[in-house]
Amino acid sequence: MIKHKDLSIVISGEAGQGIQSIESMITIFAKKAFFHVFATKEYMSRVRGGCNSTSIRISPTSVMAGVDRIDILVPLTPEAIPHLKDRIGDSTIILGEKSLIGEDRMIDLPFTAIAVEAGGAIYSNTVAVGALCALLKIDRAACEPGIREFFAQKSGDVQAANVDAFNRGYERGLSLRQDIAIDIAADPDVAGKIMLTGADAVALGAIAGGCNYVCAYPMSPGTTVFTALAEYSKRFDIIVEQVEDEIGVANMALGAWYAGARALVSTSGGGFALMSEAVSLSGGIETPLVVHIGQRPGPATGLPTRTEQGDLNLAIHAGHGDFLKVLLAPGDLEEGFELSRAAFDIADRYQSPVFILTDQYFVDSYYATRTFKVPEAPLENKVVATAADYRRYVLGSPDGISPRGIPGMGDGIVCVDSDEHDEGGYITENREMRVAMVAKRLAKIEAVKKDAIQPTLYGDARYSTLLVGWGSVKMPIIEALAAIDQPGIAYLHFPWVYPLPESAAGYMAAASTRVAVEGNATGQFADLVEFETGLRFDHRILKSDGYQYTVEELADKISALL
Amino acid sequence: MTENVFDFNKKIDIAWCPGCGDFAIRKALLSALQELGLERKNLVMVSGIGQAAKMPQYINSSFFNGLHGRALPVATAIKAVAPNLTVIAEGGDGDMYGEGGNHFLHAARRNPDLTLFVHENMVYGLTKGQAAPTSRLGMRTPVQVSGVISEPLNPVALAIAMNVGFVARTFSGDIEGTKEIMKRAILHEGFALVDIFQPCVSFNKGNGFQWFKDNTYKLESDYKADDRARAFARALEETPFPLGVLYESDQRRPFEELLFAYREDKTPLRERKPDMELLRTVIREKA
Repeated sequence: MIKHKDLSIVISGEAGQGIQSIESMITIFAKKAFFHVFATKEYMSRVRGGCNSTSIRISPTSVMAGVDRIDILVPLTPEAIPHLKDRIGDSTIILGEKSLIGEDRMIDLPFTAIAVEAGGAIYSNTVAVGALCALLKIDRAACEPGIREFFAQKSGDVQAANVDAFNRGYERGLSLRQDIAIDIAADPDVAGKIMLTGADAVALGAIAGGCNYVCAYPMSPGTTVFTALAEYSKRFDIIVEQVEDEIGVANMALGAWYAGARALVSTSGGGFALMSEAVSLSGGIETPLVVHIGQRPGPATGLPTRTEQGDLNLAIHAGHGDFLKVLLAPGDLEEGFELSRAAFDIADRYQSPVFILTDQYFVDSYYATRTFKVPEAPLENKVVATAADYRRYVLGSPDGISPRGIPGMGDGIVCVDSDEHDEGGYITENREMRVAMVAKRLAKIEAVKKDAIQPTLYGDARYSTLLVGWGSVKMPIIEALAAIDQPGIAYLHFPWVYPLPESAAGYMAAASTRVAVEGNATGQFADLVEFETGLRFDHRILKSDGYQYTVEELADKISALL
Repeated sequence: MTENVFDFNKKIDIAWCPGCGDFAIRKALLSALQELGLERKNLVMVSGIGQAAKMPQYINSSFFNGLHGRALPVATAIKAVAPNLTVIAEGGDGDMYGEGGNHFLHAARRNPDLTLFVHENMVYGLTKGQAAPTSRLGMRTPVQVSGVISEPLNPVALAIAMNVGFVARTFSGDIEGTKEIMKRAILHEGFALVDIFQPCVSFNKGNGFQWFKDNTYKLESDYKADDRARAFARALEETPFPLGVLYESDQRRPFEELLFAYREDKTPLRERKPDMELLRTVIREKA
């Protein structure tokens, strides 16, 4: 009997063994059966071999974070057992091919032998899906069209063989129900929910923000958003271009914005490092730029397929000179959609670079969530039709913003120059003009504060202990607090991380114990908060092993401080 | 002569050295733009950094004078977003073939309908006299004190190798000839390269006006530019270098035309509105 209210299933195998297809089918069928679903994966930087795993939670209530605990482990390779040894407990049920895996305690389920009956060993993953669906008491008949749809690209024979494999697996699963009793209630509310990855949420948010040009150089995990937008490009008229290098990427995006498009760049820390010159150019010529940075552990190539929140300082300090940069960091899928949309609005309004910071964990994880609110009207481009005497950098506005024209729209000309320039965009070394242009750019840093998204407090509003975090640590922290279930603790979440919203200081001052929680080695955001508020953190919970916090891990670390 | 809308109706402060070949190139460009009858508001000049890259400052049109080496990715995007604009990228040999070398290769692959004018003076001017990628072997500079030991880059041969549809070389001393080739390059549908020999009076004494006179010749009047292999062979000729249109072909379709977004709908991308109803549908499909 599984004693937890939700079920944690882990599937582990080599790259190329098809973990992903098992995960996809299980999560799709479980959600269709009105279970709440969460899935996250960890994988090595290799195309074949190694040992990877995917963790799935099936729950009667909403779940948006991963757990350490494994209730059912399905190993596809003997390596899975040592790979997951820290997570396998006494109560973990190991289900799979005993002859292959060789664990005495495991419940034997000969996927391959059953698959051969259905037509070949290639169908063994579908056998596993059938067995798990039976254990979850998912209606068998409801799954059949789903199986066919999943293999829609394949021939009718292959689809039929997969349905057969599923049914055979399902039969075997039924016979195991006595050994593995699972009783999870379905929730009808799941019906209205959507299920998608963080990368997909960011991509859809970009479309809502009017994104019609995306360019990138492939780099994990930033590629996920690039790929997602490429998939939507035909339906939404988005120009997609893979550029020769990241320097070209960011400069190309500025050209697109200058000409009137809304361009997105997607990359990771190492690629973003190459874009610094264009970030500075964006600030200098006051041309918008939106960059999605999917963070992964550095320095250098680091751990290419794993997660970290280590690029905050890089992003804050990117680009020489003084100018406005805005950093947004979604902590859940809704924030992924809304901040991505907002990034285009802010970039357009302030004619400045805006960065969306996610990480491998965020872009790859997915779960059932409330549907996104799509505004009735698209965002209006804040560009003006130019008059014959138009000048791009007219001075005098208190917020430093001068109306942005685009070439060919109106009678005027639009001149932008990376050199210091006068109001018309022409190179100048006039000292008064330099001072005025610096002031114009700095005024935007001040002006953006009124539009900053303020942090959100979760937990006890009359807290004495305040946890502070940003980005993808949000949901693990919130579930850990629920698990700890003690009064006097709250979590302050920053979707807008830079420039730091002014309300941060008040929240910090109200706490007697302040704890920073983030996924990097030093506490980069904690440093920023301390610098801006003048208030110190008492503790920093940090992590840089390439993995996201699990709920139990955070609950233990937080409890130890109480 | 009628007033040129691309020139300024006031005296402008030009940063080039007296006697610089850039003045002649500017004169050729202004005439080419006027004779083509382009609308001023529909021209965008794009450049990077260097003396040649200051050209947009001295042409009365829209411009994007960005960073060193980066004109081509910027220009490619402008043309893709607004195919109705005429886009000209201009810069020096260091800007386009050195810092921007990778972008040059990939612009040649993409074939956007834009024109690239490169001032080739075989030296770095703005940084005061170091070797350019096109500097001749043995040229001594304050950095290459024992002389240049790297093979000079051959931009026209490289462009023909990359199947660029319009490849020409001219000499700034021939303003009329340069202007005519500029006009043809601008009219060419696709990526067009005009490499313009130009003396640097301040930093390249070895390759001055007379040197270019002595080491160039015009392609024969009956030269046919439509054969790529022949054009490549001629592009390899050095001292004397052939001047004129080496290669011209309309076989490749421009980048913008091939983009999916323009296959059926020719409306410039920037004039389209995002379809929010479709977005709602796509999100609903995630249920």
